[in-house]
Amino acid sequence: MELITLFGTPGPRDPTIRDKVRNAVSRTRDDLAARLRDVVANRPEIDSDLLDDLEAVMIGADIGVRTTHEILDAIRERVARDGLKDPARLRQALRAELRKALDVEAPPLAGAEPGEPFVVFVVGVNGVGKTTTIGKLAHRFRRSGHTVMLGAADTFRAAAIEQLEIWADRTGVPVVKQRPGADPSAVVFDTLRSAAARGVDYVIVDTAGRLHTKHNLMAELEKMTRIAGRQVDGAPHEVLLVLDATTGQNGLIQAREFARTAGLTGVVLTKLDGTAKGGIVTAVVRELGIPIRFVGTGETIEDLVEFSAEAFVDSLFAA
Amino acid sequence: MFENLSDKLQRVLKNLRGEGRLTATHVDETLREIRMALLEADVNFKVVRQFTESVRSKALGQEVLDSLAPGQQVVKVVRDALVEMLGSRTARLEFAPNPPTVVMLVGLQGSGKTTSSGKLAAWLKNGGRRPLLVSVDVHRPAAREQLGLIARDVGARVWEGTGTQTPVDLGLGALREARNSAHDVVIVDTAGRLHVDEALMVELDGIRDALEPREILFVADAMLGQDAVRSAERFHERLGLTGFILTKMDGDARGGAALSIQSVTGRPIKFLGVGEKYDALEPFHPDRVVSRILGMGDILSLIEKAEAIVDRKQAVELQKKAASNAFTLEDFRNQLRQVRRMGSLESILGMLPSIGPFKNLNKVDVDEKELTRTEAIIDSMTPAERRNHRILNGSRRKRIARGSGTSVQQVNQLLKQYVQARKMMQGLAAGRAKNTGKRKKGRRGRGIGRVPV
Ligand SMILES: Nc1nc2c(ncn2[C@@H]2O[C@H](COP(=O)(O)OP(=O)(O)OP(=O)(O)O)[C@@H](O)[C@H]2O)c(=O)[nH]1
Ligand SMILES: Nc1nc2c(ncn2[C@@H]2O[C@H](COP(=O)(O)OP(=O)(O)OP(=O)(O)O)[C@@H](O)[C@H]2O)c(=O)[nH]1
Ligand SMILES: [Mg+2]
Ligand SMILES: [Mg+2]
Repeated sequence: MELITLFGTPGPRDPTIRDKVRNAVSRTRDDLAARLRDVVANRPEIDSDLLDDLEAVMIGADIGVRTTHEILDAIRERVARDGLKDPARLRQALRAELRKALDVEAPPLAGAEPGEPFVVFVVGVNGVGKTTTIGKLAHRFRRSGHTVMLGAADTFRAAAIEQLEIWADRTGVPVVKQRPGADPSAVVFDTLRSAAARGVDYVIVDTAGRLHTKHNLMAELEKMTRIAGRQVDGAPHEVLLVLDATTGQNGLIQAREFARTAGLTGVVLTKLDGTAKGGIVTAVVRELGIPIRFVGTGETIEDLVEFSAEAFVDSLFAA
Repeated sequence: MFENLSDKLQRVLKNLRGEGRLTATHVDETLREIRMALLEADVNFKVVRQFTESVRSKALGQEVLDSLAPGQQVVKVVRDALVEMLGSRTARLEFAPNPPTVVMLVGLQGSGKTTSSGKLAAWLKNGGRRPLLVSVDVHRPAAREQLGLIARDVGARVWEGTGTQTPVDLGLGALREARNSAHDVVIVDTAGRLHVDEALMVELDGIRDALEPREILFVADAMLGQDAVRSAERFHERLGLTGFILTKMDGDARGGAALSIQSVTGRPIKFLGVGEKYDALEPFHPDRVVSRILGMGDILSLIEKAEAIVDRKQAVELQKKAASNAFTLEDFRNQLRQVRRMGSLESILGMLPSIGPFKNLNKVDVDEKELTRTEAIIDSMTPAERRNHRILNGSRRKRIARGSGTSVQQVNQLLKQYVQARKMMQGLAAGRAKNTGKRKKGRRGRGIGRVPV
């Protein structure tokens, strides 16, 4: 007896696609990078299998199909042009290419008009690590002998102000705040006025997490930067986009949109202490030409290091 | 960037020449684009590889629906396989037989656990439950204040504990309090942690062992990239997840991580987070997430239309069966299932002729409960009984009633309905067969298949 179903008359539902995929993923949980090393070591010649494996490592690091293909195409050309035969050389060439893509000069975080504070805005989508990064940054500026003030312009998220205050306490810097639900631009205004009066060196403004697709929230952010510029010449001097290393291809769209509304000057890549590689920054830097300034490597005040293209590329190919 | 992809796919699809069955060219050309789409959507590359391989073998040689181009047919196979992977039903929150039900939220830093805890509390309250919230996050600055404020906003109680308690003590305190004051659900918000942080993973083991949660939900950000498989798998190995919540779906991330997480855990998505407000929690609909992951809205809606046409063909099939007296209880049940899958009875009624005995059926209201009951009754029959209702004597009917939680009377009633339907269909089919010769061409198909396309 034939069964009548919506989609023709198949046999019993095939339960295997899910199982197959699951097995495959678990089975190949082995470290691709290690495999690649083997591949490179054991293969006498550069062939398309090798390039496929490289592709897998890059895509697996969230570099993205498009960027991966562009970079690999460049490599392929070089292989043909220079008559590269040795797989080890290929790997070197690839690393060089990636380093080149990531190496954008980062001007020092200084240069406000004399007597005026250097204003840093920290922006990004929800939960990426903005507030935590601000705690770490404040600590960094303090350690190098500067005075710092924080602006609690996330007036939306529950306990966002309290969270920033705890970080301020840890570093011993003042926070300017208003009540929850207050206009964030008003907080920016207050903070900059107070900073100017006290003559502090650095102001760091914490902003609420916002998805780049929310027009009203992006407009709000634009207004905040405008208010800052009206009060302090050239402010905000630095607008840092915080990107979470676990983020995939959406990271590029985020960067694009925040650059458009807030004029990004740099990126902070957080949560690199996990297993995620954060490869999407490659596309971000290539497209926007802004530097990656810092890397977040944990939840304590010390866990912020300056970005190094060399170390980053190493980690892309490490376990 | 995604638009381009869709355009490209459209072009590829158009260029594939139509044939009755899918050939290797159709399948491979299309799968190349599908592979791109999945990778752009952040589905893990190993998942993509295995998935496309499985789909390939499934698609090869398949019959192409009349109304679809071969490439579109491949997309259809892909879509169906994705829906199958993501689970075709909406998963529900499970409750413990003895309250309080403990629901524990776990995940990486900043994924949305605390916010989702508040949303769940609001959702449970709406469903008439009495949730108690507790934060066992003793690590992140102001984490417990955050949950306290959220609880106030959604009007749920939070168990505060004391500032020096360990996570396990906080959780146990909340559990005791829930028992004492008749809270039927305890929602445990845990600190964010990396799957490689052994100390914090051990902490989670301890919390789970002490609280024995009914649900352990992995809260995952829809923007997650390739690493989603690793974190989800480690959390799952460690804790035995029961499902997950995909947050920040209000953005434009394609959410391919959902597929990655599903493939390594085999656990269902239970909710989607679609905003920062506490009512922004939705039950999960696989089909919607699938179209988002594929990012091929146009093609998918085209396929849906084509499927409606398939329904019409099946109606014809059904008529043939009726004519040959082969319409069994099994078919009856399949029809029912089909009806329920389509979500409305109207569409299936629309497939029946609007003449003769069915004239008034189009306006009939059908009770969902009755459909469920009918299905349960047929489920309780043996295959032999389903194929031949005539063998259903008194003792068999009694057994079926017991098995389906109904009464013999209800079983009798169903059988009566079935016999009637069968008779009607036979009569109808006979009448139709007699008429076809005389019918004018233009009127063909007016009766059956009035499915809105
Ligand atoms: N492991 C790790 N965790 C981090 C890092 N940076 C931040 N976090 C954690 O990520 C979570 C979110 O950090 P927040 O600083 O609150 O993020 P945010 O961007 O301010 O969040 P919203 O204001 O809600 O949008 C917290 O649990 C932090 O401890 C990092 O570099 N590594
Ligand atoms: N747009 C949007 N934002 C969300 C959603 N769910 C949570 N958020 C936001 O994401 C950020 C982090 O949320 P939390 O609930 O603090 O995340 P968490 O997992 O508890 O973070 P930790 O405890 O630090 O690990 C906050 O800004 C939330 O408002 C969602 O579905 N959509
Ligand atoms: Mg914050
Ligand atoms: Mg939390």
